[in-house]
Amino acid sequence: MIVAGIDVGSKYTKVVLLNENKEIIGTSNVRTGIDHQKTVEEALDEALKAAGISRDDINKFVATGFGKISVPFADSELTQVVAAGKGAYFVWPKVKTVIEVGAEESRAVKVDENGNIKDFALADKCAAGTGSFVDAMVRYLEVPLEEFGRMSLDAKGEVPMNAQCVIFAESEVVSLLHDNVPKPEISRAIHDAIADRVASIARRVGIEDDVVVIGGLANDVGFVDSLKRELGTEVYVPDKIAPELIPALGAALSGL
Amino acid sequence: MEAIQESEYWRWPETVWIDESKNWKEAEVISCGIDLGSVSSQAVIMLDGELYAYSNLRTGSSSAASSEKALGSILDKIGDMKREDIHYIVGTGYGRVSIPFAHKTITEIACHGRGANYIYGPSVRTVLDMGGQDLKAIKIDHRGKVVNFLMNDKCAAGTGRGIEVVADLLSIPITEVGSMSLEVYPDDEPEPVSTTCIVFGKSEILGLIRKGWPKNRILAAFFRSVATRVVELLERVGVEADFAITGGISKNPGVVVRVQDMLGMKALETEYDPQIAGAIGAALFAKALYEKQTGKR
Repeated sequence: MIVAGIDVGSKYTKVVLLNENKEIIGTSNVRTGIDHQKTVEEALDEALKAAGISRDDINKFVATGFGKISVPFADSELTQVVAAGKGAYFVWPKVKTVIEVGAEESRAVKVDENGNIKDFALADKCAAGTGSFVDAMVRYLEVPLEEFGRMSLDAKGEVPMNAQCVIFAESEVVSLLHDNVPKPEISRAIHDAIADRVASIARRVGIEDDVVVIGGLANDVGFVDSLKRELGTEVYVPDKIAPELIPALGAALSGL
Repeated sequence: MEAIQESEYWRWPETVWIDESKNWKEAEVISCGIDLGSVSSQAVIMLDGELYAYSNLRTGSSSAASSEKALGSILDKIGDMKREDIHYIVGTGYGRVSIPFAHKTITEIACHGRGANYIYGPSVRTVLDMGGQDLKAIKIDHRGKVVNFLMNDKCAAGTGRGIEVVADLLSIPITEVGSMSLEVYPDDEPEPVSTTCIVFGKSEILGLIRKGWPKNRILAAFFRSVATRVVELLERVGVEADFAITGGISKNPGVVVRVQDMLGMKALETEYDPQIAGAIGAALFAKALYEKQTGKR
């Protein structure tokens, strides 16, 4: 038995293929295009290729993510909250709080010792607590995304970011650059600002260890570092599987 | 190259104006107000409480330099007036603490209330100030004294900066976006852009472009959402006639017409530049403070 978990996100579409032993046999991560259905086909083909199997070998398709309706052949759909909770619990059974930070939304999910969802909070109205913040800022700093995250770790954290809004933060970052504030300090200020927003969402459900952070922004070491400081507790990032694939994994698990 | 071209669409005309019919040397009290905003800065010089000169410029990266420039551009135009000739200077606005030569600072809420009272007359009770990075609904009494206010300064939705971003995105000059949006109003007015956040709104607008929507329709959807947000804020503070609008967005008919229609109330009109209301208020406070200091009152 092979199940495909398909997570159609606002920016990337992810697929995880799972066999009956709950082993990951193939994954993919492609940029979500204008035509969501076409993107889904592309992502699926890529995962099938990685696994070395054909589409006929898949017994079940489970869709999740904001664009889950774009998977017309899905056998079932799963909410993003459950997908995040299930996936995180699978890779980190001690998890109690899952924090997911995607391109255009962030959410916090509380799970019990059996991985069942107890509570959740969601923010999708404002870009300030999402990956879009980083996207917008990297352009001004003119540094590659990876370096942007890493340089934050070298900063002293003495420059506060006054703006909450990403649009206002853009102007503020331009001023900081004009004032010759070192880029690592600016990177740190941005990461602290995002972490502050994300932490306030997480506090709505209550922070309980262990905290696992997933979604694309979990790859940003500067953000994870700021989040740890903001929450005052250790934060774990899945290392056996990319953190942005966790909801697709959760979707696949639900189909087994 | 692309960056230079892109940066032009938000550009609005800067102004320096003086009333040539007045002679400043005859004035007893020369007062000055400087409103150092996040996006634009204004300086106003008043002679015995009457408007004499003003400037309206874009705020640069340094607040101090922007305030020097706002006042300096007026003094240059007058020619023979020096900063020392001004009796009292009051700073207001977002960057008011960074005006090195101001004798005192006063909040922009108080100054906009006072300025609206001067510009629009004593009948004004509700002032909507739509600025570069904030949105304020201010209730005032017949003297222009603030009774109550609400503001949003956390989010770019409903602010001038947000409109600049959309003007850039659509490559349409900021001075034209409002009137262009009215081309489809009210008969073909589309549903408002669904996202509040300007960052997400940009993605939504890109989607509308791909769908082949004409730009005037996209702007109508955008300004509908801006107007909705503005009206929500006004209704929380309660709208009482007469109603007036100050700040840069008061020059945008796309927002003003929709807000008026949603409220069922016309905003008062003026011969003055409504963007200088805050600086006028500051200059009036400066006059009063000078008179108090010199025992004239």
